[in-house]
Amino acid sequence: MNPTLSFFYFLSFLTILSAIMVVVSRSPIHSVLYLILTFFCLSGHYILLNAQFLAAVNIIVYAGAIMVLFLFVIMFLNMKEEEEKFRGNVTKIAAAIVGGTIFIILFGAYRKTQVGTYNPYEFKSQTGMVESLGMVLFRDYLLPFELASVLFLIAMVGAVMLGKREIGERHF
Amino acid sequence: MELTAFIIKAIIILVIFGLTLLIAMYSTYGERKVAGFIQDRLGPDRAGPWGLLQPLADAGKMFFKEDFIPAQANKWLFIAGPCLAMLTALMASAVIPFGSTLRYDGIEVAVQGVEANIGILYIFGVVSLGVYGIMVGGWASNNKFSLLGAIRAASQNISYEVAMGLSIVAILMMSESLSVGSIVAQQHGGNWNIWYQPLGFIIFLTCAFAECNRTPFDLPECETELVGGYHTEYSSMKLGFYLFAEYINMFISSAVVSALYFGGYNYPGMDWVYTQLTAAFGDIAGHNVATLLGTAVFFGKALFGVFFFMWVRWTLPRFRYDQLMNLGWKGLIPLAILNILITGIGVLFIQPSLTAFLK
Repeated sequence: MNPTLSFFYFLSFLTILSAIMVVVSRSPIHSVLYLILTFFCLSGHYILLNAQFLAAVNIIVYAGAIMVLFLFVIMFLNMKEEEEKFRGNVTKIAAAIVGGTIFIILFGAYRKTQVGTYNPYEFKSQTGMVESLGMVLFRDYLLPFELASVLFLIAMVGAVMLGKREIGERHF
Repeated sequence: MELTAFIIKAIIILVIFGLTLLIAMYSTYGERKVAGFIQDRLGPDRAGPWGLLQPLADAGKMFFKEDFIPAQANKWLFIAGPCLAMLTALMASAVIPFGSTLRYDGIEVAVQGVEANIGILYIFGVVSLGVYGIMVGGWASNNKFSLLGAIRAASQNISYEVAMGLSIVAILMMSESLSVGSIVAQQHGGNWNIWYQPLGFIIFLTCAFAECNRTPFDLPECETELVGGYHTEYSSMKLGFYLFAEYINMFISSAVVSALYFGGYNYPGMDWVYTQLTAAFGDIAGHNVATLLGTAVFFGKALFGVFFFMWVRWTLPRFRYDQLMNLGWKGLIPLAILNILITGIGVLFIQPSLTAFLK
């Protein structure tokens, strides 16, 4: 087997294993740490596809910023005492129904879709490089890109507005 | 042919790795000597001549102390904390170009771990991962003070990463490349980025201090409020690893500052030196000697950076925590955005008109 392929299988195994551990592990902190591992594995997949920029940005944004905030919140919550609450039978049944429904929907959707035929000899190795990505983003998709950034700005300003203290409220 | 290139690369990587550890080790000695000099005392002078064996004595002490894990701590994460801190500290040096190229047997090998076309993003990503070592260790200790120290460190790092990223953007706009190798190569001779980006340099340096948790931003460790900060419960070499990671981070950030703003291995008059050396030693040997000279210059700049870190630590008072957050969010981020605007105007309008005028 060629080394790239075996590496791909190893990485996929690790990804799925850590994704399963996110769901299975009891302590929320462990869940978050496994989720970070999952993101790292996904970045490994991006690198295998020669999309280095995407891999780095995935690490910076998800593993470096968003998951730190997740960890932050969960550390403050002190889950140990509340752990029992999540394990009631009603919660389990409800979660199983919701998850099962989503699974059936996804299964039904993907069963009929045509996966585009893929020719490995026509794979352009430079597609994922940052230069070509920049060309595509700022030339062909400039308007959607700018609109998306405006959307982010609105979300950010909205979050600050909602989180701001009212005048006259007590400051500690 | 492939094998020789591989072996040369392996040797370069190992030497860089070893030098990073050695410099971090002797930074602890240097820190005390600098502190002693500034406070008008001698500093360590018992172990070996001029106290030169002091780091070894410290390491011996660290290794032989009792390695204690608190009963209520999360054992695996408690061990993982210092490991993550060391791992993330050491990973960043992979893409830093420590010199130009070495020639051997018709092959040209760059004095750099990996030449990646997203080098600067890699460094930024690794820096943003540095938080995990502190947070995981602080939480796993099962101690309120450790947790508070970890939260402080993490929120400080996240806040200053934003301004740091924005100050790097200005550099990227000028150099039009994400690769650290080409950013350094563009600053040939004395054409350093600091002449064009003085504001960006100050912002980056401030953020580097905050990212390393160094004075005046060393609030995660605060004896009066937090006992010892995130490593309150740590003892023996685990504590040693946390402290050691801080010194490695200092060296790496100095190296990054010197690569981004001070031209890395470039120095004024390097072309003249290069022609003199190639004339004296022949093409290949002269090239290699010139490269090694550049590497020495790079290390000189980085070590001056480390000295600067220490100088600031022993002469400036620290911030209060709300002052730190105000400086980060209300001071540095608007300044960094202003810097990006100025750089954009400069690149788009001033540079073309200047070049047209000079022609």
